[in-house]
Amino acid sequence: MPDKTAGTLATTSRRAPVIKPPKRLVGTVYRGREGMWSWVLHRITGVAIYFFLLVHILDTSLVRLSPEAYNAVINTYKTPIMGLGETALVVAIGFHALNGLRIILIDFWSVGAKYQRLMFWIVIALWIVLLVGFVPRQFMHIFGAH
Amino acid sequence: MSTATLDSKPTVPDEIPSFTATIIVRRFDPDKDAEPYWQDFDVVMYGTDRVLDALHKIKWEQDGSLSFRRSCAHGVCGSDAMRINGRNRLACKTLLKDLDISKPIYIEAIKGLPLEKDLIVDMDPFFESYKAINPFLISNTPSKDGKERKQSPVERARFDDTTKCILCAACTSSCPVFWTDGQYFGPAAIVNAHRFIFDSRDEGAQVRLDILNDKEGVWRCRTTFNCSEACPRGIQVTQAIAEVKQAVMRGRA
Ligand code: SF4
Ligand code: FES
Repeated sequence: MPDKTAGTLATTSRRAPVIKPPKRLVGTVYRGREGMWSWVLHRITGVAIYFFLLVHILDTSLVRLSPEAYNAVINTYKTPIMGLGETALVVAIGFHALNGLRIILIDFWSVGAKYQRLMFWIVIALWIVLLVGFVPRQFMHIFGAH
Repeated sequence: MSTATLDSKPTVPDEIPSFTATIIVRRFDPDKDAEPYWQDFDVVMYGTDRVLDALHKIKWEQDGSLSFRRSCAHGVCGSDAMRINGRNRLACKTLLKDLDISKPIYIEAIKGLPLEKDLIVDMDPFFESYKAINPFLISNTPSKDGKERKQSPVERARFDDTTKCILCAACTSSCPVFWTDGQYFGPAAIVNAHRFIFDSRDEGAQVRLDILNDKEGVWRCRTTFNCSEACPRGIQVTQAIAEVKQAVMRGRA
C-alpha cells in the first residue's frame, strides 16, 4: 500500500515517500537476549526429543510383536541418514540437558537469576566441548572405516 | 585567556548540532485500516532528545493523528511503554543518541495486549491481573495504640526492589508466555504481589500465594528474563518471581 507510507500533514493529501517503505510488513521480532533465545532453543530441542522418544518407544515395542521386523528397523538405523539423525539427537539432548541444569539453578539457587547470562555461556561452552568430542567420532562411524 | 570583564559575552555556538532521524511507526486506525502498517517520518532532532520528543515533533508538526499515551514525560507515570527497535522501553527514558540513528528507528505498540490505535493498547487485562493479587496492605491485627506500623530497615529492604514498579507493562508485554497465553498473571502482577508478600506488616501473604499457585500463576514463568531486561525501573523481575515461586513451595513468605 504505497499511499500509506508517506508522512502526510492531512490525511487527504498524498506525498511521495521520503525513503523506501520498510521491508518488514509485519511487526518486528522481539529482540530478547540470552534468556529468551535459550528458552527458544530449549523448546525446539525439547519438542524434537519428544518426537524421537515417540518413535523410539514404537520401534522398541516392535521387538515383542515380531523380532524380524524389529531387526529390519534397527538395520535401517545403520544408514548414514540415520547416523546424521543420531548426531542431531545428541546435539539436541546435549543442549537440553545442560540448559535444564541452568534453569534448575535459576529456580533453586538464590543467586541463580543474577548469574543466568554467565551460566548460559557456560552451557554453550560445555555443549561445544561435548560436540567436539562426539561429532568427529560419530562421523568416522558413519562414513569411515569402523 | 583574559580575565572576565563586563563586556565579554558568553560564547554561544552558532548552531547546536542536530541530525535527521528516521522514525518508522507502526500505525493502526481501527476506523480506517484492516491491518496495522508502517509509516516513516523524518524529523530533525538534537542529541538531548528522547524518543518521546521525536513522537511529539511528528504529532505537532507532521501528522496530528498519531496517537500515543504519555503523561509525566519523566519516567514516573508509566504511560509510554512501547517497543522501540524491537525492545520494550519507555519513550520518555530512551535517548535517541543511545539508538543507532544512522538506521531508521522502529516504534510499535507493546505486544500481547489488544491494539486500540497506533501505539495505544487496551491496558484493562493488565490491570485486572494487578487487581487480582490484592495490591494493598492486608492486616487483621489493629496497629499498636492506633499509631503507625513499625518496620526495621532490614525488613523494609527485603521488598525494596519491587516497590519501584510504575505499572508500565513493559515487563508483562515482553513475556513470550504472556503473548501466547493472555490469562497468565504476568510479571508485573507478580512483582506487585512480591511487594506485599515479603512486607513484614502484611498478613495476606497466604492469600496471594494461593492465587499465584494457580495454573496461570508463577509456574507459567519460563525464566526468559525479557521482563528483567525491559523494566525501566531496573527491577530484578525474574528474581522476584523466583522468590515468589520459592515462597509458594515452602508455603510461606
Ligand atoms: S515491573 Fe518494571 S516493567 Fe513491569 S510494570 Fe513495573 S516498572 Fe514496568
Ligand atoms: S510519560 Fe510518564 S513514564 Fe514516560
